[in-house]
Amino acid sequence: MTAVLGGRPLGVTALASGSGDPDYVDVRQRLVVVGNGMAGARFVEEVLERGGGEQFAITVFGEEPHGNYNRIMLSPVLAGEEHEDDIVLNSHEWYAGNGVTLRAGVRVERLDAAAKQVHADDGSVTPYDHLVLATGSRSFIPPMTGVRAEDGGLLPGVFGFRTIDETRALLAAAATHRRAVVMGGGLLGLEAARALQTHGMQVELVHAAPYLMNAQLDAEAGAILKRSVESLGITVHLDVFASEVAGPDRMRGVVLADGRRIDADLLVVAAGVRPNTDVAVRSGLEVERAVVVDDQLRTDDPDVYAIGECAQHRGEVYGLVAPAWEHARVLADVLTGTDPTAEYHGSRTATKLKVAGVDVAVMGLNTPERDDDEFLVISEPRRGVHLSVVIRDDRLMGATLLGDTRKVAFLTQAFDRGAPLPAERIRLLVDLSDGKEEVGVAEMPGDSQVCNCNGVSKQAICDTVAGGCSSVGAVMDRTRAGKGCGSCKSLVARIVEWAADGEVTEEASASWYVPGIPLPKPDLIAAIRDQDLRSVSAVFAALAPGGAEDARSKMGLTSLLRLVWGARFVPENDAKFINDRVHANIQRDGTFSVVPQIKGGVTTPAQLRRIADVAEKYEVPMVKITGGQRIDLLGVRKEDLPAMWDDLGMPSGYAYGKSFRTVKTCVGADFCRFGLGDSTQLGIDLETRFQGIESPAKMKLAVVGCPRNCAEAYVKDVGVVAVGNGRWEVYVGGAAGATIRKGDLLATVDSPAAVLQLTGRFLQYYRENGNWLERTYDFVPRIGLERLRAVLLEDSEGSCADLDAAMQRSIDAYTDPWGQDAAAPATPGQFRTALPLVDLPTVPVR
Amino acid sequence: MTLISLAATGTTAYVVGRVDDVPPGEGRAFVAGGTPVAVFRLRNGALHATQAACPHAGGPLADGQTDADVLVCPLHLFAYRWTDGGSPGRVGGLRLYPVRDVDGDLVVEV
Ligand code: SRM
Ligand SMILES: Cc1cc2nc3c(=O)[nH]c(=O)nc-3n(C[C@H](O)[C@H](O)[C@H](O)COP(=O)(O)OP(=O)(O)OC[C@H]3O[C@@H](n4cnc5c(N)ncnc54)[C@H](O)[C@@H]3O)c2cc1C
Ligand code: SF4
Ligand code: FES
Repeated sequence: MTAVLGGRPLGVTALASGSGDPDYVDVRQRLVVVGNGMAGARFVEEVLERGGGEQFAITVFGEEPHGNYNRIMLSPVLAGEEHEDDIVLNSHEWYAGNGVTLRAGVRVERLDAAAKQVHADDGSVTPYDHLVLATGSRSFIPPMTGVRAEDGGLLPGVFGFRTIDETRALLAAAATHRRAVVMGGGLLGLEAARALQTHGMQVELVHAAPYLMNAQLDAEAGAILKRSVESLGITVHLDVFASEVAGPDRMRGVVLADGRRIDADLLVVAAGVRPNTDVAVRSGLEVERAVVVDDQLRTDDPDVYAIGECAQHRGEVYGLVAPAWEHARVLADVLTGTDPTAEYHGSRTATKLKVAGVDVAVMGLNTPERDDDEFLVISEPRRGVHLSVVIRDDRLMGATLLGDTRKVAFLTQAFDRGAPLPAERIRLLVDLSDGKEEVGVAEMPGDSQVCNCNGVSKQAICDTVAGGCSSVGAVMDRTRAGKGCGSCKSLVARIVEWAADGEVTEEASASWYVPGIPLPKPDLIAAIRDQDLRSVSAVFAALAPGGAEDARSKMGLTSLLRLVWGARFVPENDAKFINDRVHANIQRDGTFSVVPQIKGGVTTPAQLRRIADVAEKYEVPMVKITGGQRIDLLGVRKEDLPAMWDDLGMPSGYAYGKSFRTVKTCVGADFCRFGLGDSTQLGIDLETRFQGIESPAKMKLAVVGCPRNCAEAYVKDVGVVAVGNGRWEVYVGGAAGATIRKGDLLATVDSPAAVLQLTGRFLQYYRENGNWLERTYDFVPRIGLERLRAVLLEDSEGSCADLDAAMQRSIDAYTDPWGQDAAAPATPGQFRTALPLVDLPTVPVR
Repeated sequence: MTLISLAATGTTAYVVGRVDDVPPGEGRAFVAGGTPVAVFRLRNGALHATQAACPHAGGPLADGQTDADVLVCPLHLFAYRWTDGGSPGRVGGLRLYPVRDVDGDLVVEV
């Protein structure tokens, strides 16, 4: 627990250059930085970048023994998503290599401004010509009875969340304790709560304000956020503060002001921060809420500056890294003389919550302030979505994105740069078109920050590409852009593509079908055929480096072998994902869901009766109509699956596989007064023909009887639309899941038989050429509609007959897995419970 | 389930079932003296035993997928090393238990 983060391998102390030579006289000015955090270290980098290493002998004092690390990444470290070694920004080695003296683990006590000297707690006295305070802030521990132990330190079990040492201590405590209380429902508190939860802790959050993130959100958005947070399983107590920590030897619970008591063994205090101003106060500098500075970051002593969270500029104290970095830039310009007139005029701040499952991004105002401010709100509390923008004089003054942050990149640009706004304001919040780039990466200024977590600008990405890195992955590794919360990944990819002028190379492994076998899909298929490899273990033995099995490759290989060999494939249960082993979808508590086939969404009273009987007999906790027009029996015990299938007597609906799923239909010509074709029958025919066919990713279809599109055919992997006179349009590559895309019109054909044939041909082409887990909404644009038309309609590759035949073989190989395994288990104990005998987040019974 | 011996190590060995109860490459859940465990038999013959519930969110590990190096939980696909139960980037790891084949009996020490 005491390892020095970013320490030198042999514990060597950093030495300033030249100090080994007895005759050496350093004529440089002495620049001393107090505080080795995100502002202080960035400032040193900025000075060095401007050639300041020649001008200044730089000394940095840091109270923490570590090198400089990315404080904002402590949340992912606490969540176990990131390793502490990966958040080091400047190691001790870096300081030494740049001739900067790092006095790590040394705390500065005060300045003697008259003598221009720094007094530190190790008794040393260091003279300076220019001094920069970058002491940041510390966790604010509100007064609570019993929060401190007798020695004045925090009671064991009580933690702040500001430093790596506190994070390490929290991680250790989380591993051995079960119940935590987090005090504070701001960004930090929410991130801490979620992180602790990933360690299996039960977490309750206590927030003194009436709604969460009250500094950034309005009450309405705060209320929606509360629901989203609660749905993660975190209990939220609002409008109440903790008045007492129950002890006495260690933290055993907290008592709220209203008298309630929450038992817990760990308390994280994230109730705000206080700037570290003690050095400034003791040195007689002007301090209000923080150290007061002017537009050149100067305090009332002309040789002393303050930057980052310990600085107060024009009445503002910031708690974010972006302003700290702006301070660092301006001050470096001023001190090195690069731009002696440089000034800082305040920051427009934007924040993002780094909590998986709860997307929040906020910038600027959250409510209109003037009568003529434009204010647009989209609020969908049930979905946990709340989006708003405030516009003044055609300029974006603020935005709140809760539950859906897809527009954050564009809005951040508009907010930071005053980019022009679309006349239809609603386009700021939702995509009305089908995915045209809203903000061209070409127009983005070089210094605009792309990755906020790791502080990477567009320019840095372009420079890395210019320096010879030409794959997205390599650029991400080198710059760490996209390696924080991940929300900027797609933007990073677009910039790399643009910077490389289309010359993006893919890492070799990016072309592999699965990570464990170094072959792209066509070569892998060829090798499987040539060497007659019929089982997943045979593929590993023959083609994997060293014959080594790879757990993550097994599912993809099972799918591929089934495609290649059809009925002649040799299945191995351990090579299947659990869903495919038991032909049902695993759920959060380890139970399964059963979705019988209901072709085209058409059922019968007899079927419904059987489903009802089965649901009662097996005490199914929830029966639900799915979004795929069928019925889901959720929360079924693994042991009950075979008997249930037996009783149901219906085939599997394949709701669990990477395979052909459903065909949704509308009522069509038989009943609907607008119907132009028998969409229901065609849907049933499609489902009958292609049921259960495995594929790189899910295949979901729909057929509608007219362009009113009641069964959403325009947004399906294959969507069929009756257009009259016996004609049908066939769309491919549509999506309305995580991605929304209208399908491309492949062809208009003139009979249901032609629809069946073209669909089969397209699906087979996708099966053979799609990457593992690549849905058609990515596949179709990758291949291109022109090429698809040429191959599938004009037979440009002479492959149509083969495609049709291969699809027919797969169709012939279909067997209903429910009928099959119910008769004889594939392996012993196939349906034995794996449910641990401990409490799980159980699915509620309705 | 039979109690075999009270070892000097402070652990107790239990026969939880037969080796054949675990098909090659798969895992099965058992209870060893009140402790739920998941036992895996790799295709190379190696046996491993771990806690039954995933430390992340309680996933049923016996339903996971394996190779010679790791166990992958079926719920969120975290991978745990057989060597020390650690998972890249995660701190709290998986508890491993000694397991061996005694004349076809699966013996787990907890
Ligand atoms: C049951 C159902 C929700 C419902 O109650 O209606 C459902 C449930 C799940 N969906 Fe879905 N999806 C359901 C209809 C849809 C639809 C609507 C549709 O099929 O018309 C979509 C949008 C269409 C699409 O597929 O794009 C949909 C888009 C997704 C996605 C996003 C896929 C994408 O690439 O955009 C996922 C995640 C994934 O596949 O990785 C997903 C994944 C899931 C999984 C399987 C999550 C998982 O991997 O375990 C859910 C299983 C819950 C459970 O415990 O059983 N589900 N899901 C629907 C079952 C339909 C059926 O009868 O088969
Ligand atoms: C868990 C967490 C998550 C965060 N997430 C985000 C985020 O997503 N986005 C965002 O913009 N911001 C985030 N922040 C805030 C961000 O980290 C701070 O704004 C930033 O670190 C401020 O930089 P600073 O240099 O002013 O202070 P710090 O980084 O705190 O550095 C100050 C340093 O000075 C040292 N020091 C203090 N006094 C002395 C002394 N007397 N002598 C010597 N050394 C001294 C301290 O030990 C410390 O190392 C987060 C913060 C935390 C804790
Ligand atoms: S059913 Fe679909 S939308 Fe609902 S939580 Fe699961 S994956 Fe998400
Ligand atoms: S429960 Fe195992 S990875 Fe989430």
